[in-house]
Amino acid sequence: MRVPLSWLREYAQVPGEASAEDVMAELVKVGLEEEAVHRPTDTLSGPIVVGQVLSVEKEPQTNGKTINWCQVRVVPEGAEQTLTADGIDPSGVQGIVCGAHNFVEGDKVVVTLPGAVLPGDFRIAARKTYGHVSAGMIASVRELGIGEDHDGILVLSTLGLDPEVGSDAMELLGLYDQAAEINVTPDRSYCFSIRGIAREYAHATGSAFTDPAAAVVVDPADGAGYPVRLEDQAPIYGNAGCDRFVARVVRGVDATRPTPQWMVSRLRLAGIRSISLPVDISNYVMLELGQPTHCYDVAKLTGDVVVRRANAGETIVTLDDRKRELHPEDLLITDASGAIGIAGVMGGAATEVSNSTTEVLVESAHFDEVSIARARRRHKLPSEASKRFERGVDWNVADVAAQRVVDLLVRLAGGTADESITDVGTAPQPILIDLPAGYASERIGMDFAPEQVVGALTDLGADVAEYDGGWQVTAPSWRQDLTIKDDLAEEIARLVGYDQIPSRLPVAPPGRGLTRTQQQRRRVLAALAGAGLTEVLSYPFVSMEANDTFGAAEGTGPAVKLANPLSAEFGYLRRSILPGLIEVAKRNSSRGFRDLALFEAGLVFLPQETLGTATIPPLGALPDDATLETLYNGLPLQPLTIAAVFFGKDSPAAAGHSPRAWDWADALDTVRLMADVVGVDLVIEQGEHRAFHPGRTARISLRSGEELGYAGELHPKLVAAQDLPPRTVALEINADLLFDAAPDVIVARHLSTFPATTQDVALVVDAGLPADEVLATLREGAGELLEEVHLFDVYSGQGIGDGRKSLAFGLRFRATDRTLTADEASAARDQAVHLAAERHGAVQRR
Amino acid sequence: MSEPTTPADAPDTAAAPDPLDADAIAAAVDRALGEIAAAGNLDELKSVRLAHTGEKSPMSLANRQIGSLAKDQKAAAGKNIGPARGRINQALSARVTELEAERDARILVEEAVDVTAAPRRRRAGARHPLSILQERVSDIFVGMGWEIAEGPEVESEWFNFDALNFKPDHPAREMQDTFFVEPPEAHLVMRTHTSPVQVRAMLEREVPIYVLCPGKVFRTDELDATHTPVFHQFEGLAIDKGLSMADLRGTLEHFARLMFGDDAGIRLRPNYFPFTEPSAELDIWHPGAKGGPQWIEWGGCGMVHPNVLRAAGIDPDVYSGFAFGMGIERTLMFRNEVGDMRDMIEGDVRFSEHFGMEI
Repeated sequence: MRVPLSWLREYAQVPGEASAEDVMAELVKVGLEEEAVHRPTDTLSGPIVVGQVLSVEKEPQTNGKTINWCQVRVVPEGAEQTLTADGIDPSGVQGIVCGAHNFVEGDKVVVTLPGAVLPGDFRIAARKTYGHVSAGMIASVRELGIGEDHDGILVLSTLGLDPEVGSDAMELLGLYDQAAEINVTPDRSYCFSIRGIAREYAHATGSAFTDPAAAVVVDPADGAGYPVRLEDQAPIYGNAGCDRFVARVVRGVDATRPTPQWMVSRLRLAGIRSISLPVDISNYVMLELGQPTHCYDVAKLTGDVVVRRANAGETIVTLDDRKRELHPEDLLITDASGAIGIAGVMGGAATEVSNSTTEVLVESAHFDEVSIARARRRHKLPSEASKRFERGVDWNVADVAAQRVVDLLVRLAGGTADESITDVGTAPQPILIDLPAGYASERIGMDFAPEQVVGALTDLGADVAEYDGGWQVTAPSWRQDLTIKDDLAEEIARLVGYDQIPSRLPVAPPGRGLTRTQQQRRRVLAALAGAGLTEVLSYPFVSMEANDTFGAAEGTGPAVKLANPLSAEFGYLRRSILPGLIEVAKRNSSRGFRDLALFEAGLVFLPQETLGTATIPPLGALPDDATLETLYNGLPLQPLTIAAVFFGKDSPAAAGHSPRAWDWADALDTVRLMADVVGVDLVIEQGEHRAFHPGRTARISLRSGEELGYAGELHPKLVAAQDLPPRTVALEINADLLFDAAPDVIVARHLSTFPATTQDVALVVDAGLPADEVLATLREGAGELLEEVHLFDVYSGQGIGDGRKSLAFGLRFRATDRTLTADEASAARDQAVHLAAERHGAVQRR
Repeated sequence: MSEPTTPADAPDTAAAPDPLDADAIAAAVDRALGEIAAAGNLDELKSVRLAHTGEKSPMSLANRQIGSLAKDQKAAAGKNIGPARGRINQALSARVTELEAERDARILVEEAVDVTAAPRRRRAGARHPLSILQERVSDIFVGMGWEIAEGPEVESEWFNFDALNFKPDHPAREMQDTFFVEPPEAHLVMRTHTSPVQVRAMLEREVPIYVLCPGKVFRTDELDATHTPVFHQFEGLAIDKGLSMADLRGTLEHFARLMFGDDAGIRLRPNYFPFTEPSAELDIWHPGAKGGPQWIEWGGCGMVHPNVLRAAGIDPDVYSGFAFGMGIERTLMFRNEVGDMRDMIEGDVRFSEHFGMEI
């Protein structure tokens, strides 16, 4: 809401020297946040005066243009020129070259004299042009920054103005005024009016408020005006779409009269363009009182006005000349010809007032918020009217606004008001709120004296009746947002001042600290960073193809699709973090970083059989358990997932240090690191995943058999298609499953202090046999004397045979109760080798 | 510490002195001591040792002659030879100690490196500053006895709006610029704030409740210097008997001081949110702000609306609560002077790595 200060001053005690900034500083205290300042003088300064064209000499130019060499009087005849700047003629007549042709000798115009500055830092000075010294400019509205019209210069008589020569044109055009733009929260619809802002200014400053509505003397309604019927056949939530309709007729209107400058300039500062006198009056009254009104040309109406819902297939051409299909829920203003307006949203073109209009029907109605909000949304027609109606308008101000429009039409457009007035509808029940004594103090945490409570509420415009133990408060008709005692507590605190609220630190009961899972997550992510990986965050929006490639090892998993994505291409929610992470990796690569190890921890979205719920429970009540259950069950699974991508080298090359290229084993090792951090055993197998290299990928699962994820080299085709460096490796695991698998208690192992005996064995097996299987067999075969076994070499080639490989294991034996003899260790080793031979056909290499 | 030594060639053996000739023995000792002192390194000393204490050394040979002497001469000869050999051995051992010390000192000098040329062998990893800040904020509240609650990012509309007292047709619902899941009739959204986690916390826990809900939220804003469709918030919720705006202010002040120092303060301004009543906009007095101490808009807060309590089955006549919420990106921007939202979003490794594991 943009508030011209000259207007605000009519109803609030704003100091004469106060700027828009000063006004905003006051309003912010009561919760109206500052947005912007609109002040023409920030970009415009004089001398800009009224001039009269004394002579016009047309001078055709070689370039085909004709210019006008004008003599313009800028001080009254006989008076002295008091300005002395360079280029100002002491005679009071300026010679000015002008390219426009929409004026004649004798016209009064706006002259920007040397020394003036126009918007865009356009400095006016006397300058040589077309063979003359042009000492100033005859200005257009666009050059003055007050309109778009650039067809010619501003001829003041077209605005109905005949000011004195030499008078200050900025004053004349209202350019010394300024507006404060403030942000109005959705609960405070009444602040979309000067009336509301003036009241708030009074609250903020403790000064007096004059209600503009109170200044209007409303003619008594006799019910015999233009016939209007309210026939809502389908109220929404049981609320009639229209519960008041005031109709007034003004005849003998001259719609061609120019709108007075004081009104034009206030509308302009408020952000509304001047259209025509009747429309300007309607807008002016809306800004002043917060009540949108609409003017119809009576000559274009046929029969009674009926407010009803749309019929199937009905259409309307709205004021913007667009034909719109109407929805049965749309509330319409109609006459015998059909729809003449979408109620509260936009009028129809067919009954619009025009220059030829002489009889005006003024509509000032009260509409249901929900009806208007839905129609506005359906037709994508946000308007100044719908903005106010969908937030709520004061029911009681409808007749006042109608009267104000009528008064202005009479005063400014020369009309005569019909004595008969239509005012139909039913007043809503006033809102009564019980405010127990002490409630506001308890909720705000400070003691309010009863006078403070009553004083604040009375200032708001509420009626306050005391009863034993509290007050019964009738909210003012313009405050539909005040419905419960908590609303009143806020109002009291707001008027007393939030800065008065004391400070007290409540003590929470002893907590449990971070949950186990939260701690596990922190440790795992810290370990990844400690291992040299960098955490990044990517967006969860991916393409269908990306989900198909990364989202499941095989087949296609269902994905969550967005109804209104920012980009249609990335219209799905990720089933895998890798597509986003790869994008981030590529971005880094393009910025010159060729050695990367990136990770991200975030949710992925795996829809289940049911997606969402057909209905949702109402607000303000606890749903039953079954309903809550369906809400929970309608959500996709959203496990915490950790992914990483590596390419290039593991560290920067340096003197005395040769970095190593990241490879598939780093991806797998990183998964192992995470598992070690939380104490979980993993099962590693050869894996198959469409995004990964078929031979260099590990499928990782838990001992329970649940799959955790994959790690290894990305598929070379994918690497090429994605323009990634060759041998890019990656991993992705379900971290929720990993954390859940962590043991609650790790049982200590007895540490034997007897000496250990180590033995190495090399076993030749089929090349395709996973080393891990042989290792497990050795562990099983060696029995309990075996303390540790690890693979330390893999060899294939000469002396091993085609299709075979040699695996070298180190075995460490130790007994818990004695020093082991070499023979005992050898016997255990032989048992292990024997089992490997039996199970895998392993041959010991000697 | 030892130095590899090469076996010394057997030295020529000097003629053995007469064991009864004290002068000859003294001369042999002097010669030995002179050579010991002259040995410049452990190798040379090894040769000297062999020459003067070896089996064929003059002293050993002289010693061996004692056996063939007459009985009455043996004692005198022994008196000559014994101390002489002792002096030589003592001198040898003293010289060994000296030479070893010299050698050790020399090796340490020789092994010196240019420490300024040390390579970085390990890649320095990093957490994302937004994650670190989120954890730091969480730690402050955990320290106050609060718990950390989390929830899903795709959420039922009921949890995101209705349970929070957003009326179905109210403009406030549209201010949130919501991503809807297809089909819209399924009533699923990407959560627009972490407030649904508050509702879940109230449904899952017993009062009193003191929880902080950090997490990712989504709005349909295009990415630019100050907007991003995906960002992070932390919201606090306290439900207890008798909580008031004063408790809210006290909690926020305490938190602000722990985050921004003892000089930090907060300011409340009236505002509107569907889920709180009274509601307030929250400004922080940031003593370390770039360009000098100043008020900075930080977030929103207020007393939990009775309808929100009812939606979670909590009786508003018995319990009251307060809630607050701030943006983590915004906090990082003014706390750590991040100038452009995109730096936090695009995943440029320089951004995270500059911070490392700390903010």
